[in-house]
Amino acid sequence: MKYRKNLKKLLVYLLLIIISGLFLIPVLWIVLSSLKTPTDLYKWPPSLFPKEITFVNFETAFKKGNFGVYFYNTTVVTILSTIITLIINTMAGYALAKYKFYGSNLILIGFLSTLMIPLEIIMIPIFIVIRTLGLYNSLWGIIIPPAATPTGVFLIRQYLLGVPDELLEAARIDGASEWRLFWNIIVPIAKPVISVLAIFSFMWRWNDFLWPLIVISDPQKYTIQLAISNFIGEFNVDWPSLIAMSVISMIPVLIVFLIFQKQLVKGIVTSGLKE
Amino acid sequence: MGKSYRLYKIERKIIPYLFLTPNLLIFGIFVIIPALYGVIYSFTNFDGLSKMDFIGLKNYINILHDHLFWQSFLRTTIYAIVVVPLIYIGALGTALLLTQKIAFRGIFRAIIYWPTMVSFIVVGLIWKWIFGDSFGVLNYLIELMGYKPIPWLSNGFNANMTVVIASLWSRIGFYMVIFIAALESIPATYYEAAEIDGASSVQRFFKITLPLLKPTSLLIIILSLIDAFKAFPLILALTGGGPGRDTTYVVQHIYEFAFTKTKMGYASAMSIILFFVIAILTWLQFKAARGGEIS
Repeated sequence: MKYRKNLKKLLVYLLLIIISGLFLIPVLWIVLSSLKTPTDLYKWPPSLFPKEITFVNFETAFKKGNFGVYFYNTTVVTILSTIITLIINTMAGYALAKYKFYGSNLILIGFLSTLMIPLEIIMIPIFIVIRTLGLYNSLWGIIIPPAATPTGVFLIRQYLLGVPDELLEAARIDGASEWRLFWNIIVPIAKPVISVLAIFSFMWRWNDFLWPLIVISDPQKYTIQLAISNFIGEFNVDWPSLIAMSVISMIPVLIVFLIFQKQLVKGIVTSGLKE
Repeated sequence: MGKSYRLYKIERKIIPYLFLTPNLLIFGIFVIIPALYGVIYSFTNFDGLSKMDFIGLKNYINILHDHLFWQSFLRTTIYAIVVVPLIYIGALGTALLLTQKIAFRGIFRAIIYWPTMVSFIVVGLIWKWIFGDSFGVLNYLIELMGYKPIPWLSNGFNANMTVVIASLWSRIGFYMVIFIAALESIPATYYEAAEIDGASSVQRFFKITLPLLKPTSLLIIILSLIDAFKAFPLILALTGGGPGRDTTYVVQHIYEFAFTKTKMGYASAMSIILFFVIAILTWLQFKAARGGEIS
Protein backbone atom coordinates (compact mmCIF):
# COMPACT_ATOMS: atom_id res chain seq x y z
CA MET A 1 0.00 0.00 0.00
CA LYS A 2 2.69 2.42 1.06
CA TYR A 3 4.80 1.34 -1.88
CA ARG A 4 1.96 2.08 -4.28
CA LYS A 5 1.40 5.47 -2.76
CA ASN A 6 5.05 6.39 -3.16
CA LEU A 7 5.03 5.22 -6.74
CA LYS A 8 1.99 7.37 -7.42
CA LYS A 9 3.68 10.37 -5.90
CA LEU A 10 6.78 9.78 -8.00
CA LEU A 11 4.62 9.64 -11.13
CA VAL A 12 2.91 12.91 -10.23
CA TYR A 13 6.27 14.62 -9.80
CA LEU A 14 7.59 13.21 -13.04
CA LEU A 15 4.51 14.42 -14.89
CA LEU A 16 4.74 17.86 -13.31
CA ILE A 17 8.41 18.22 -14.17
CA ILE A 18 7.72 17.33 -17.80
CA ILE A 19 4.73 19.70 -18.01
CA SER A 20 6.50 22.62 -16.39
CA GLY A 21 9.47 21.93 -18.64
CA LEU A 22 7.18 22.38 -21.64
CA PHE A 23 5.92 25.67 -20.23
CA LEU A 24 9.32 26.96 -19.21
CA ILE A 25 11.57 25.96 -22.10
CA PRO A 26 10.13 28.31 -24.78
CA VAL A 27 10.82 31.34 -22.59
CA LEU A 28 14.25 30.04 -21.57
CA TRP A 29 15.10 29.46 -25.20
CA ILE A 30 14.23 33.01 -26.22
CA VAL A 31 16.21 34.43 -23.28
CA LEU A 32 19.24 32.26 -24.08
CA SER A 33 18.98 33.25 -27.73
CA SER A 34 18.90 36.94 -26.84
CA LEU A 35 22.29 36.58 -25.15
CA LYS A 36 24.03 35.20 -28.25
CA THR A 37 25.95 37.20 -30.81
CA PRO A 38 24.04 37.64 -34.09
CA THR A 39 26.40 35.22 -35.89
CA ASP A 40 25.97 32.70 -33.09
CA LEU A 41 22.19 33.22 -33.33
CA TYR A 42 22.00 32.35 -37.02
CA LYS A 43 24.48 29.50 -36.83
CA TRP A 44 23.30 26.05 -37.90
CA PRO A 45 23.25 23.71 -36.07
CA PRO A 46 22.25 25.99 -33.20
CA SER A 47 24.09 25.71 -29.92
CA LEU A 48 21.90 25.43 -26.85
CA PHE A 49 23.88 27.87 -24.77
CA PRO A 50 25.54 31.08 -25.91
CA LYS A 51 29.27 30.65 -26.53
CA GLU A 52 29.84 33.89 -24.70
CA ILE A 53 27.15 35.94 -23.05
CA THR A 54 26.72 39.27 -24.78
CA PHE A 55 24.24 42.14 -24.65
CA VAL A 56 25.03 43.32 -28.13
CA ASN A 57 21.49 42.58 -29.40
CA PHE A 58 19.99 44.80 -26.74
CA GLU A 59 22.38 47.55 -27.71
CA THR A 60 21.48 47.33 -31.40
CA ALA A 61 17.78 47.27 -30.57
CA PHE A 62 18.11 50.51 -28.65
CA LYS A 63 20.58 52.22 -30.97
CA LYS A 64 19.61 51.12 -34.44
CA GLY A 65 16.13 49.85 -33.84
CA ASN A 66 14.62 52.88 -32.15
CA PHE A 67 13.56 50.64 -29.31
CA GLY A 68 13.99 53.39 -26.73
CA VAL A 69 11.14 55.32 -28.37
CA TYR A 70 8.82 52.30 -28.32
CA PHE A 71 9.69 51.56 -24.74
CA TYR A 72 9.02 55.16 -23.76
CA ASN A 73 5.68 55.24 -25.62
CA THR A 74 4.55 52.00 -24.04
CA THR A 75 5.50 53.20 -20.56
CA VAL A 76 3.66 56.51 -20.96
CA VAL A 77 0.55 54.82 -22.30
CA THR A 78 0.54 52.13 -19.63
CA ILE A 79 1.01 54.48 -16.70
CA LEU A 80 -1.40 57.22 -17.79
CA SER A 81 -4.09 54.81 -18.90
CA THR A 82 -3.84 52.84 -15.68
CA ILE A 83 -4.15 55.97 -13.53
CA ILE A 84 -7.24 57.06 -15.48
CA THR A 85 -8.69 53.56 -15.24
CA LEU A 86 -8.26 53.49 -11.46
CA ILE A 87 -9.85 56.88 -10.88
CA ILE A 88 -12.84 56.64 -13.18
CA ASN A 89 -13.62 52.96 -12.57
CA THR A 90 -13.48 53.40 -8.81
CA MET A 91 -15.83 56.39 -9.08
CA ALA A 92 -18.25 54.46 -11.27
CA GLY A 93 -18.08 51.32 -9.15
CA TYR A 94 -18.73 53.38 -6.03
CA ALA A 95 -21.73 55.14 -7.55
CA LEU A 96 -23.24 51.82 -8.59
CA ALA A 97 -22.60 50.19 -5.23
CA LYS A 98 -23.54 52.86 -2.70
CA TYR A 99 -26.12 55.23 -4.22
CA LYS A 100 -29.75 54.66 -5.00
CA PHE A 101 -30.61 56.63 -8.09
CA TYR A 102 -32.79 56.50 -11.13
CA GLY A 103 -31.34 54.23 -13.81
CA SER A 104 -28.62 52.61 -11.72
CA ASN A 105 -29.58 49.08 -12.71
CA LEU A 106 -29.86 50.03 -16.34
CA ILE A 107 -26.39 51.61 -16.28
CA LEU A 108 -24.86 48.54 -14.62
CA ILE A 109 -26.42 46.23 -17.19
CA GLY A 110 -25.33 48.62 -19.92
CA PHE A 111 -21.73 48.55 -18.71
CA LEU A 112 -21.67 44.77 -18.57
CA SER A 113 -23.31 44.49 -21.98
CA THR A 114 -20.38 46.31 -23.54
CA LEU A 115 -18.46 43.07 -22.94
CA MET A 116 -20.51 41.70 -25.83
CA ILE A 117 -18.97 44.28 -28.15
CA PRO A 118 -15.23 43.60 -28.05
CA LEU A 119 -12.88 45.80 -30.03
CA GLU A 120 -12.50 43.08 -32.67
CA ILE A 121 -16.11 43.72 -33.71
CA ILE A 122 -15.99 47.52 -33.95
CA MET A 123 -12.47 48.09 -35.32
CA ILE A 124 -13.84 49.93 -38.34
CA PRO A 125 -16.17 52.49 -36.72
CA ILE A 126 -13.63 52.97 -33.89
CA PHE A 127 -11.06 53.90 -36.49
CA ILE A 128 -13.48 56.47 -37.97
CA VAL A 129 -14.35 57.90 -34.52
CA ILE A 130 -10.67 58.14 -33.59
CA ARG A 131 -9.88 59.91 -36.86
CA THR A 132 -12.84 62.28 -36.51
CA LEU A 133 -11.78 63.25 -32.99
CA GLY A 134 -8.23 63.94 -34.17
CA LEU A 135 -6.85 61.11 -32.04
CA TYR A 136 -5.36 59.21 -34.96
CA ASN A 137 -1.61 58.74 -34.45
CA SER A 138 -1.92 60.24 -30.99
CA LEU A 139 -0.95 58.32 -27.87
CA TRP A 140 -4.11 59.73 -26.23
CA GLY A 141 -6.04 57.54 -28.63
CA ILE A 142 -4.68 54.46 -26.89
CA ILE A 143 -4.72 55.99 -23.40
CA ILE A 144 -8.29 57.23 -23.00
CA PRO A 145 -10.61 54.83 -24.87
CA PRO A 146 -9.42 51.60 -23.17
CA ALA A 147 -9.40 53.25 -19.72
CA ALA A 148 -13.07 52.52 -19.06
CA THR A 149 -13.29 48.80 -18.42
CA PRO A 150 -16.56 47.04 -17.56
CA THR A 151 -14.56 44.44 -15.64
CA GLY A 152 -12.97 47.12 -13.48
CA VAL A 153 -16.27 48.83 -12.67
CA PHE A 154 -17.86 45.51 -11.82
CA LEU A 155 -14.94 44.37 -9.65
CA ILE A 156 -15.02 47.58 -7.61
CA ARG A 157 -18.80 47.60 -7.30
CA GLN A 158 -18.85 44.05 -5.97
CA TYR A 159 -16.19 44.92 -3.42
CA LEU A 160 -17.86 48.12 -2.21
CA LEU A 161 -21.25 46.43 -1.81
CA GLY A 162 -19.76 44.97 1.35
CA VAL A 163 -19.04 48.39 2.90
CA PRO A 164 -21.69 49.20 5.58
CA ASP A 165 -23.86 52.23 4.80
CA GLU A 166 -23.61 53.36 8.44
CA LEU A 167 -19.95 54.22 7.91
CA LEU A 168 -20.84 56.64 5.12
CA GLU A 169 -23.84 58.09 6.99
CA ALA A 170 -21.68 58.78 10.02
CA ALA A 171 -19.24 60.76 7.88
CA ARG A 172 -22.10 62.65 6.24
CA ILE A 173 -23.47 63.65 9.64
CA ASP A 174 -20.01 64.98 10.44
CA GLY A 175 -20.42 67.24 7.43
CA ALA A 176 -18.17 65.55 4.87
CA SER A 177 -19.04 66.36 1.27
CA GLU A 178 -19.74 63.50 -1.13
CA TRP A 179 -16.48 64.17 -2.93
CA ARG A 180 -14.48 64.11 0.32
CA LEU A 181 -16.30 60.93 1.29
CA PHE A 182 -15.07 59.32 -1.87
CA TRP A 183 -11.43 60.25 -1.45
CA ASN A 184 -11.10 59.97 2.34
CA ILE A 185 -13.23 56.91 3.05
CA ILE A 186 -13.99 54.91 -0.08
CA VAL A 187 -10.57 54.98 -1.73
CA PRO A 188 -8.69 53.79 1.39
CA ILE A 189 -11.27 51.05 1.99
CA ALA A 190 -11.13 49.90 -1.62
CA LYS A 191 -7.34 49.80 -1.70
CA PRO A 192 -7.07 46.00 -2.02
CA VAL A 193 -9.43 45.82 -4.98
CA ILE A 194 -7.94 48.94 -6.56
CA SER A 195 -4.50 47.33 -6.45
CA VAL A 196 -5.88 44.21 -8.14
CA LEU A 197 -7.30 46.41 -10.88
CA ALA A 198 -4.01 48.33 -11.11
CA ILE A 199 -2.07 45.12 -11.74
CA PHE A 200 -4.49 43.94 -14.39
CA SER A 201 -4.67 47.31 -16.10
CA PHE A 202 -0.89 47.50 -16.19
CA MET A 203 -0.70 44.11 -17.83
CA TRP A 204 -3.54 44.79 -20.29
CA ARG A 205 -2.10 48.09 -21.45
CA TRP A 206 1.49 46.93 -21.57
CA ASN A 207 0.60 43.91 -23.69
CA ASP A 208 -2.13 45.59 -25.74
CA PHE A 209 -1.92 45.20 -29.46
CA LEU A 210 -5.28 45.85 -31.09
CA TRP A 211 -5.76 49.46 -29.93
CA PRO A 212 -2.30 50.53 -31.10
CA LEU A 213 -2.84 48.67 -34.36
CA ILE A 214 -5.98 50.69 -35.11
CA VAL A 215 -4.90 54.07 -33.75
CA ILE A 216 -1.17 54.28 -34.57
CA SER A 217 0.61 54.19 -37.92
CA ASP A 218 3.45 56.64 -37.29
CA PRO A 219 6.60 54.64 -36.35
CA GLN A 220 7.56 57.36 -33.87
CA LYS A 221 4.39 56.50 -31.91
CA TYR A 222 4.72 52.70 -32.01
CA THR A 223 4.32 50.74 -28.82
CA ILE A 224 6.56 47.72 -28.28
CA GLN A 225 3.90 45.23 -29.32
CA LEU A 226 3.06 47.14 -32.48
CA ALA A 227 6.74 47.46 -33.37
CA ILE A 228 7.43 43.75 -32.88
CA SER A 229 4.40 42.70 -34.91
CA ASN A 230 5.32 45.02 -37.76
CA PHE A 231 8.96 43.95 -37.87
CA ILE A 232 8.22 40.25 -37.68
CA GLY A 233 6.08 40.54 -40.81
CA GLU A 234 8.97 41.93 -42.85
CA PHE A 235 10.65 39.87 -45.52
CA ASN A 236 14.06 39.93 -43.87
CA VAL A 237 13.28 39.46 -40.23
CA ASP A 238 15.92 41.05 -37.99
CA TRP A 239 15.81 38.27 -35.40
CA PRO A 240 18.59 39.53 -33.08
CA SER A 241 16.86 42.88 -32.45
CA LEU A 242 13.38 41.37 -32.33
CA ILE A 243 14.36 38.75 -29.78
CA ALA A 244 16.08 41.37 -27.65
CA MET A 245 12.97 43.60 -27.77
CA SER A 246 10.71 40.70 -26.80
CA VAL A 247 12.87 39.78 -23.84
CA ILE A 248 12.95 43.35 -22.53
CA SER A 249 9.19 43.71 -23.08
CA MET A 250 8.60 40.73 -20.77
CA ILE A 251 10.63 42.11 -17.87
CA PRO A 252 8.15 44.68 -16.43
CA VAL A 253 5.37 42.11 -16.57
CA LEU A 254 7.62 39.52 -14.95
CA ILE A 255 8.37 41.89 -12.08
CA VAL A 256 4.67 42.59 -11.56
CA PHE A 257 4.01 38.86 -11.70
CA LEU A 258 6.65 37.99 -9.11
CA ILE A 259 5.51 40.69 -6.68
CA PHE A 260 1.75 40.46 -7.08
CA GLN A 261 1.14 36.81 -7.94
CA LYS A 262 -1.37 36.36 -5.11
CA GLN A 263 -3.47 39.39 -6.07
CA LEU A 264 -3.44 38.33 -9.70
CA VAL A 265 -4.80 34.92 -8.90
CA LYS A 266 -7.43 36.45 -6.63
CA GLY A 267 -8.47 38.84 -9.37
CA ILE A 268 -8.98 36.08 -11.91
CA VAL A 269 -10.86 33.90 -9.48
CA THR A 270 -13.22 36.61 -8.22
CA SER A 271 -14.10 38.09 -11.57
CA GLY A 272 -13.48 35.15 -13.89
CA LEU A 273 -13.45 37.83 -16.56
CA LYS A 274 -10.92 39.41 -18.75
CA GLU A 275 -10.76 42.88 -20.13
CA MET B 1 -22.75 72.50 8.88
CA GLY B 2 -22.43 75.20 6.29
CA LYS B 3 -24.79 73.70 3.80
CA SER B 4 -28.52 73.77 3.94
CA TYR B 5 -30.32 70.44 4.01
CA ARG B 6 -31.93 71.12 0.62
CA LEU B 7 -28.60 71.69 -1.09
CA TYR B 8 -27.26 68.57 0.53
CA LYS B 9 -30.13 66.50 -0.84
CA ILE B 10 -29.59 67.83 -4.33
CA GLU B 11 -25.89 67.06 -4.12
CA ARG B 12 -26.64 63.48 -3.18
CA LYS B 13 -29.02 63.13 -6.10
CA ILE B 14 -26.59 64.45 -8.65
CA ILE B 15 -23.29 63.07 -7.42
CA PRO B 16 -23.71 59.45 -8.59
CA TYR B 17 -24.26 60.70 -12.13
CA LEU B 18 -21.14 62.83 -11.88
CA PHE B 19 -19.16 59.82 -10.67
CA LEU B 20 -20.42 57.83 -13.64
CA THR B 21 -19.87 60.54 -16.25
CA PRO B 22 -16.30 59.69 -17.37
CA ASN B 23 -17.13 56.01 -17.85
CA LEU B 24 -20.43 56.79 -19.54
CA LEU B 25 -18.73 59.23 -21.91
CA ILE B 26 -16.00 56.78 -22.87
CA PHE B 27 -18.41 53.89 -23.31
CA GLY B 28 -20.73 56.14 -25.28
CA ILE B 29 -18.11 57.54 -27.61
CA PHE B 30 -15.94 54.46 -27.99
CA VAL B 31 -18.41 51.59 -27.74
CA ILE B 32 -22.06 52.57 -28.23
CA ILE B 33 -21.65 55.10 -31.06
CA PRO B 34 -19.16 52.91 -32.96
CA ALA B 35 -21.46 49.93 -32.53
CA LEU B 36 -24.36 51.87 -34.05
CA TYR B 37 -22.17 53.17 -36.86
CA GLY B 38 -20.94 49.65 -37.47
CA VAL B 39 -24.52 48.59 -38.14
CA ILE B 40 -25.09 51.57 -40.46
CA TYR B 41 -21.84 50.98 -42.38
CA SER B 42 -22.84 47.38 -42.97
CA PHE B 43 -25.63 48.62 -45.25
CA THR B 44 -23.33 50.85 -47.30
CA ASN B 45 -20.39 50.63 -49.67
CA PHE B 46 -18.30 52.87 -47.37
CA ASP B 47 -14.62 53.01 -48.36
CA GLY B 48 -13.33 54.82 -45.29
CA LEU B 49 -13.12 58.19 -46.98
CA SER B 50 -15.92 59.79 -48.94
CA LYS B 51 -17.87 57.15 -50.74
CA MET B 52 -20.87 55.98 -48.77
CA ASP B 53 -24.07 55.00 -50.57
CA PHE B 54 -26.78 52.92 -49.02
CA ILE B 55 -26.93 49.61 -50.80
CA GLY B 56 -29.44 47.82 -48.61
CA LEU B 57 -28.72 44.19 -47.91
CA LYS B 58 -26.26 43.83 -50.76
CA ASN B 59 -23.23 43.30 -48.48
CA TYR B 60 -24.98 40.54 -46.61
CA ILE B 61 -26.15 38.89 -49.81
CA ASN B 62 -22.60 39.06 -51.18
CA ILE B 63 -21.22 37.54 -48.01
CA LEU B 64 -23.48 34.53 -48.48
CA HIS B 65 -21.56 33.73 -51.67
CA ASP B 66 -18.17 34.83 -50.36
CA HIS B 67 -15.92 31.79 -50.38
CA LEU B 68 -13.03 33.54 -48.70
CA PHE B 69 -15.13 34.69 -45.76
CA TRP B 70 -16.73 31.32 -45.09
CA GLN B 71 -13.38 29.60 -45.50
CA SER B 72 -11.87 31.76 -42.79
CA PHE B 73 -15.01 31.34 -40.69
CA LEU B 74 -14.78 27.57 -41.06
CA ARG B 75 -11.07 27.62 -40.21
CA THR B 76 -11.83 29.60 -37.07
CA THR B 77 -14.56 27.14 -36.12
CA ILE B 78 -12.29 24.14 -36.63
CA TYR B 79 -9.58 25.88 -34.62
CA ALA B 80 -12.12 26.49 -31.83
CA ILE B 81 -13.32 22.89 -31.90
CA VAL B 82 -9.74 21.64 -31.60
CA VAL B 83 -8.36 24.15 -29.13
CA VAL B 84 -11.23 24.42 -26.63
CA PRO B 85 -11.30 20.76 -25.50
CA LEU B 86 -7.50 20.71 -25.33
CA ILE B 87 -7.47 23.84 -23.17
CA TYR B 88 -10.16 22.29 -20.99
CA ILE B 89 -8.27 19.03 -20.53
CA GLY B 90 -4.93 20.79 -20.04
CA ALA B 91 -6.30 23.25 -17.50
CA LEU B 92 -8.27 20.66 -15.55
CA GLY B 93 -5.43 18.16 -15.65
CA THR B 94 -2.82 20.57 -14.34
CA ALA B 95 -5.29 21.89 -11.76
CA LEU B 96 -5.92 18.34 -10.49
CA LEU B 97 -2.19 17.68 -10.23
CA LEU B 98 -1.54 20.98 -8.49
CA THR B 99 -4.28 20.71 -5.87
CA GLN B 100 -2.60 17.63 -4.37
CA LYS B 101 -0.34 17.93 -1.40
CA ILE B 102 3.08 18.10 -2.98
CA ALA B 103 6.26 20.07 -2.52
CA PHE B 104 7.03 23.09 -4.72
CA ARG B 105 3.34 23.38 -5.62
CA GLY B 106 3.54 27.18 -5.80
CA ILE B 107 6.52 27.09 -8.14
CA PHE B 108 4.86 24.60 -10.49
CA ARG B 109 1.72 26.76 -10.56
CA ALA B 110 3.75 29.90 -11.25
CA ILE B 111 5.61 28.26 -14.13
CA ILE B 112 2.41 27.16 -15.84
CA TYR B 113 0.67 30.46 -15.16
CA TRP B 114 3.50 32.73 -16.29
CA PRO B 115 2.97 32.40 -20.10
CA THR B 116 -0.54 33.87 -19.75
CA MET B 117 1.13 37.16 -18.90
CA VAL B 118 3.25 37.24 -22.04
CA SER B 119 1.63 39.31 -24.79
CA PHE B 120 0.12 37.45 -27.74
CA ILE B 121 2.59 39.11 -30.08
CA VAL B 122 5.58 37.89 -28.07
CA VAL B 123 4.00 34.44 -27.71
CA GLY B 124 3.78 34.33 -31.49
CA LEU B 125 7.37 35.45 -31.84
CA ILE B 126 8.67 32.91 -29.31
CA TRP B 127 7.00 30.04 -31.10
CA LYS B 128 7.98 31.26 -34.53
CA TRP B 129 11.57 31.21 -33.34
CA ILE B 130 11.07 27.60 -32.23
CA PHE B 131 9.03 26.37 -35.20
CA GLY B 132 10.97 28.18 -37.95
CA ASP B 133 11.35 25.77 -40.86
CA SER B 134 15.02 26.43 -41.49
CA PHE B 135 16.14 28.22 -38.35
CA GLY B 136 13.95 26.73 -35.62
CA VAL B 137 15.47 24.70 -32.84
CA LEU B 138 12.67 22.13 -33.04
CA ASN B 139 13.64 20.96 -36.51
CA TYR B 140 17.23 20.75 -35.33
CA LEU B 141 16.18 18.43 -32.49
CA ILE B 142 14.09 16.39 -34.91
CA GLU B 143 17.09 16.00 -37.20
CA LEU B 144 19.25 15.03 -34.23
CA MET B 145 16.86 12.18 -33.54
CA GLY B 146 17.33 11.05 -37.12
CA TYR B 147 14.07 12.22 -38.65
CA LYS B 148 13.39 14.55 -41.54
CA PRO B 149 12.75 18.21 -40.62
CA ILE B 150 9.05 19.12 -40.68
CA PRO B 151 7.81 22.12 -42.69
CA TRP B 152 6.00 23.66 -39.72
CA LEU B 153 5.16 27.05 -41.12
CA SER B 154 5.15 26.40 -44.87
CA ASN B 155 2.53 23.64 -44.70
CA GLY B 156 -1.06 24.69 -44.03
CA PHE B 157 -2.02 21.86 -41.72
CA ASN B 158 1.18 22.11 -39.71
CA ALA B 159 0.88 25.88 -39.45
CA ASN B 160 -2.58 25.49 -37.92
CA MET B 161 -1.09 22.99 -35.50
CA THR B 162 1.58 25.46 -34.41
CA VAL B 163 -1.19 28.01 -33.76
CA VAL B 164 -3.00 25.47 -31.58
CA ILE B 165 0.17 24.64 -29.64
CA ALA B 166 1.04 28.30 -29.06
CA SER B 167 -2.56 29.01 -27.97
CA LEU B 168 -2.50 26.15 -25.48
CA TRP B 169 0.81 27.34 -24.09
CA SER B 170 -0.46 30.87 -23.62
CA ARG B 171 -3.95 30.11 -22.23
CA ILE B 172 -3.89 26.94 -20.11
CA GLY B 173 -2.47 28.66 -17.02
CA PHE B 174 -5.29 31.20 -16.90
CA TYR B 175 -8.00 28.56 -16.84
CA MET B 176 -5.98 26.33 -14.55
CA VAL B 177 -6.14 29.03 -11.88
CA ILE B 178 -9.95 29.14 -12.12
CA PHE B 179 -10.14 25.35 -11.89
CA ILE B 180 -7.81 25.30 -8.88
CA ALA B 181 -10.08 27.74 -7.02
CA ALA B 182 -13.12 25.64 -7.85
CA LEU B 183 -11.40 22.40 -6.81
CA GLU B 184 -10.26 23.88 -3.53
CA SER B 185 -13.80 24.94 -2.71
CA ILE B 186 -15.07 21.34 -2.80
CA PRO B 187 -15.37 20.21 0.85
CA ALA B 188 -12.86 17.49 1.75
CA THR B 189 -15.58 15.63 3.66
CA TYR B 190 -17.18 14.61 0.37
CA TYR B 191 -14.05 12.74 -0.61
CA GLU B 192 -13.56 11.26 2.84
CA ALA B 193 -17.10 9.92 2.87
CA ALA B 194 -16.64 8.44 -0.61
CA GLU B 195 -13.38 6.84 0.42
CA ILE B 196 -15.02 5.19 3.45
CA ASP B 197 -17.70 3.86 1.11
CA GLY B 198 -14.90 2.31 -0.92
CA ALA B 199 -15.04 4.53 -4.01
CA SER B 200 -11.94 4.37 -6.20
CA SER B 201 -10.15 7.57 -7.20
CA VAL B 202 -11.59 7.28 -10.71
CA GLN B 203 -15.09 6.94 -9.27
CA ARG B 204 -14.50 9.89 -6.97
CA PHE B 205 -13.43 12.01 -9.93
CA PHE B 206 -16.45 11.16 -12.08
CA LYS B 207 -19.04 11.06 -9.29
CA ILE B 208 -17.92 14.00 -7.14
CA THR B 209 -15.36 16.26 -8.79
CA LEU B 210 -16.71 16.51 -12.30
CA PRO B 211 -20.39 17.11 -11.37
CA LEU B 212 -19.41 19.78 -8.83
CA LEU B 213 -17.18 21.47 -11.40
CA LYS B 214 -19.99 21.75 -13.93
CA PRO B 215 -20.61 25.51 -13.59
CA THR B 216 -16.88 26.24 -13.73
CA SER B 217 -16.44 23.93 -16.70
CA LEU B 218 -19.22 25.68 -18.56
CA LEU B 219 -17.70 29.09 -17.87
CA ILE B 220 -14.27 27.98 -19.03
CA ILE B 221 -15.58 26.40 -22.21
CA ILE B 222 -17.48 29.56 -23.14
CA LEU B 223 -14.61 31.91 -22.28
CA SER B 224 -12.16 29.88 -24.34
CA LEU B 225 -14.66 29.70 -27.22
CA ILE B 226 -14.90 33.51 -27.23
CA ASP B 227 -11.10 33.67 -27.14
CA ALA B 228 -10.91 31.35 -30.12
CA PHE B 229 -13.26 33.41 -32.25
CA LYS B 230 -11.31 36.58 -31.44
CA ALA B 231 -7.90 35.00 -32.16
CA PHE B 232 -5.71 37.35 -34.17
CA PRO B 233 -2.52 38.91 -32.69
CA LEU B 234 -0.84 35.62 -31.81
CA ILE B 235 -1.45 34.29 -35.31
CA LEU B 236 -0.34 37.52 -36.93
CA ALA B 237 3.05 37.22 -35.24
CA LEU B 238 3.40 33.45 -35.59
CA THR B 239 2.26 32.70 -39.13
CA GLY B 240 1.07 36.05 -40.49
CA GLY B 241 -2.06 34.19 -41.59
CA GLY B 242 -0.12 31.98 -43.97
CA PRO B 243 1.08 29.99 -45.73
CA GLY B 244 -1.23 31.50 -48.32
CA ARG B 245 -4.40 32.05 -46.33
CA ASP B 246 -4.22 28.79 -44.40
CA THR B 247 -4.19 30.36 -40.95
CA THR B 248 -6.18 33.51 -41.75
CA TYR B 249 -8.98 33.41 -39.21
CA VAL B 250 -12.06 35.57 -39.16
CA VAL B 251 -10.78 38.67 -37.33
CA GLN B 252 -7.72 38.95 -39.53
CA HIS B 253 -9.91 38.48 -42.59
CA ILE B 254 -12.15 41.35 -41.49
CA TYR B 255 -9.13 43.49 -40.64
CA GLU B 256 -7.61 42.99 -44.09
CA PHE B 257 -10.85 43.78 -45.89
CA ALA B 258 -11.34 46.92 -43.82
CA PHE B 259 -7.86 48.37 -43.68
CA THR B 260 -5.87 46.87 -46.55
CA LYS B 261 -8.61 46.69 -49.16
CA THR B 262 -10.60 49.60 -47.58
CA LYS B 263 -13.90 47.83 -48.15
CA MET B 264 -15.21 49.11 -44.86
CA GLY B 265 -18.90 48.69 -45.58
CA TYR B 266 -18.44 45.09 -46.59
CA ALA B 267 -16.10 44.38 -43.66
CA SER B 268 -18.67 45.93 -41.29
CA ALA B 269 -21.26 43.43 -42.46
CA MET B 270 -18.79 40.62 -41.70
CA SER B 271 -18.22 42.13 -38.25
CA ILE B 272 -21.97 42.03 -37.57
CA ILE B 273 -21.98 38.30 -38.28
CA LEU B 274 -19.05 37.78 -35.92
CA PHE B 275 -20.86 39.94 -33.36
CA PHE B 276 -23.78 37.51 -33.23
CA VAL B 277 -21.43 34.62 -32.54
CA ILE B 278 -19.65 36.46 -29.73
CA ALA B 279 -22.83 38.01 -28.29
CA ILE B 280 -24.51 34.62 -27.97
CA LEU B 281 -21.42 33.18 -26.29
CA THR B 282 -21.13 36.16 -23.90
CA TRP B 283 -24.79 35.86 -22.99
CA LEU B 284 -24.24 32.17 -22.23
CA GLN B 285 -21.24 33.19 -20.13
CA PHE B 286 -23.40 35.48 -17.96
CA LYS B 287 -25.90 32.68 -17.48
CA ALA B 288 -23.14 30.22 -16.64
CA ALA B 289 -21.50 32.61 -14.20
CA ARG B 290 -24.78 33.19 -12.39
CA GLY B 291 -25.31 29.48 -11.96
CA GLY B 292 -21.75 28.91 -10.80
CA GLU B 293 -19.98 29.55 -7.56
CA ILE B 294 -17.85 32.25 -9.13
CA SER B 295 -19.40 35.37 -7.70
